[in-house]
Amino acid sequence: MAEETLLSVQNLKTYFYTDEGVVRAVDGLTYELHEGETLGIVGESGCGKSVHALSVMRLIPTPPGKVVEGEILFSGTNLLKLPEEEMRKIRGNRIAMIFQEPMTSLNPVLTIGEQIAEAVMLHQGLAKKEAYDRAVEMLEKVKIPLARERVRDYPHQFSGGMRQRVMIAMALSCNPSILMADEPTTALDVTIQAQILDLMRDLQQEFHMAIILITHNLGVVAEMADNVVVMYAGRPVEHASVHDTFRDPRHPYTWGLLHSIPKLYERKERLIPIEGQPPSLIDLPPGCTFAPRCPFAMEICVKADPPEYPIASDHYARCYLHSEHATDEERKAAVAAGLAASTLGRRV
Amino acid sequence: MSTVSPNSETILEVKNLVKHFPITKGFIVQRQVGAVKAVDDVSFNILRGETLGLVGESGCGKTTTGRVILRLMEPTSGAASFEGKNIFKLNKEELRRLRRDMQIIFQDPYSSLNPRMTVGDIIGEPLEIHNLARGKEKLRRVQELLEVVGLSPYHTNRYPHEFSGGQRQRIGIARALAVNPKLIICDEPVSALDVSIQAQVLNLLEELQKEFGLTYLFIAHDLSVVKHISDRIAVMYLGRIVEVATAEQLFENPQHPYTEALLSAVPIPDPGMRRERIILPGDVPSPVNPPKGCRFHTRCLYAQESCRTNDPALTDYWGNGHEVACPILPFKHQRSKAAVLKQPAS
Repeated sequence: MAEETLLSVQNLKTYFYTDEGVVRAVDGLTYELHEGETLGIVGESGCGKSVHALSVMRLIPTPPGKVVEGEILFSGTNLLKLPEEEMRKIRGNRIAMIFQEPMTSLNPVLTIGEQIAEAVMLHQGLAKKEAYDRAVEMLEKVKIPLARERVRDYPHQFSGGMRQRVMIAMALSCNPSILMADEPTTALDVTIQAQILDLMRDLQQEFHMAIILITHNLGVVAEMADNVVVMYAGRPVEHASVHDTFRDPRHPYTWGLLHSIPKLYERKERLIPIEGQPPSLIDLPPGCTFAPRCPFAMEICVKADPPEYPIASDHYARCYLHSEHATDEERKAAVAAGLAASTLGRRV
Repeated sequence: MSTVSPNSETILEVKNLVKHFPITKGFIVQRQVGAVKAVDDVSFNILRGETLGLVGESGCGKTTTGRVILRLMEPTSGAASFEGKNIFKLNKEELRRLRRDMQIIFQDPYSSLNPRMTVGDIIGEPLEIHNLARGKEKLRRVQELLEVVGLSPYHTNRYPHEFSGGQRQRIGIARALAVNPKLIICDEPVSALDVSIQAQVLNLLEELQKEFGLTYLFIAHDLSVVKHISDRIAVMYLGRIVEVATAEQLFENPQHPYTEALLSAVPIPDPGMRRERIILPGDVPSPVNPPKGCRFHTRCLYAQESCRTNDPALTDYWGNGHEVACPILPFKHQRSKAAVLKQPAS
């Protein structure tokens, strides 16, 4: 890719040490984020997508959690090695984050103006008056009507969608190069979700920032992302452009996800679910974590964890179907299954 | 999708249902100062064996509608009849009998099961309350129900915390099925579940419908889920139904501006598909003080002067069962689509 690499996550492993055992929440995540890119990270609850975000922000509660391995390079500096003081200059300033719950991530006893101004004063060293003006300007940017008056309101005076706009205003107030958005629209109704996604797209253009969009909603990913990492049980299973993820998916878990969702513009008698349940992160199966639910599982799959196999340039799948362990026939059947699951095969 | 014969009879009829929650002021002497108009004049019917989807965004009154029909809440006014019996006129004994015919599945599989009861007790309780089975017979029936919903008979003595979300939802379904109901109100039964598990539960609900001839009122906010499972769909906005149609009619030819916007807002999991998106301005107004005239006019792209004063009723303009509460959009569409036109109700 021509664009410069902004963030590079290499073999990230974040474990939680609990009384029941070691929870391998993130277990070997690798990706690169480029300038201006939107990277979607998809997966179901417990797949490690949020823990990964907290790891990058260095917000993992320690103990019980700990980043045990890996590197997070932001513009060449390893964030995991930075002293906390230095990290504070990056967190919220160069890398900002918005959370799923706009209700609980704002301070209820401070006006929203105070909350936005606080960040600007801290990071940019603006005086109180200027910081306040900046808060008003940001609220206007996120299209809050009557921003000059509403800056004095408290969070409870805003609706859910408006609060998420305030969160975005706050995150962007320091002009970050990366916006980490953890399920930013999950708590919102669809019409409000559409407003927020639209706003995020506009602001991305205006601020030239990269977005890491963490979500379980495949529709949101398809509309927003340039590239996608699909995660399962703490591990990335497929990494591809958004086009390939939906049009030419190669991992059985990605197929399963695509088959499971009912489609709006398609008639279907029966959904094809993924049988069984995700494994416990304390007691991961040996080999591929998806093997116990995978209809294509081979002998090798339960013995060893598959490495990444390249499918095309910038398209990788961690699945033995794409290795020498599978026969040509097995691979052919798999590609056919992938096509059936892809949006190309499904829209007949 | 279930198969409903065209001459299926109506199993549930709801007429002009109203549920207002009073807002009171004062500590010792409480005065009513207003009301949250959660459900405000809702009418619909459900045919035997059919799935009626009820969609709308948070706060539109869809859950309240379901609860009032079951009389888990008393209505403010209106009528609802199940197989010809007026639900709101039943005494305690009759109501208990009715609950054998009408059951509910709740959204949150974590809070809707008593953590101190075993699965056997949870599923067996309705059998005892309704005097359907006791002792060995009850145990046999519980085990049978567990198998029906895809769990194992040996789960009987386990507690809810030992199960995952999807399995708990199956327990909730088994509990609802225990009394052999005719109608099940499914209140967001898959919203709390991950997509791969959601598909399992949706398939289960469809299988059970076929096997036991069940009728569903399926309440949800996820349009793709509702489309998948419903025969007909009613769209709610601010306590009112704004459009009722078959699933195909609604998705191919939405007639209400709100439905149109709602459908266009759903993100499609296909990066190659680009659609015209209608982004509604602003938020849903407060149900304490809904707008006069058409409730949607404050956000509507087609609103005209008359919409501020005229409150449109659900009307079947084309005589094909597709009812819509909007006198503007259907006729805008009509110009581009050759359809047989009835006179609009004035």
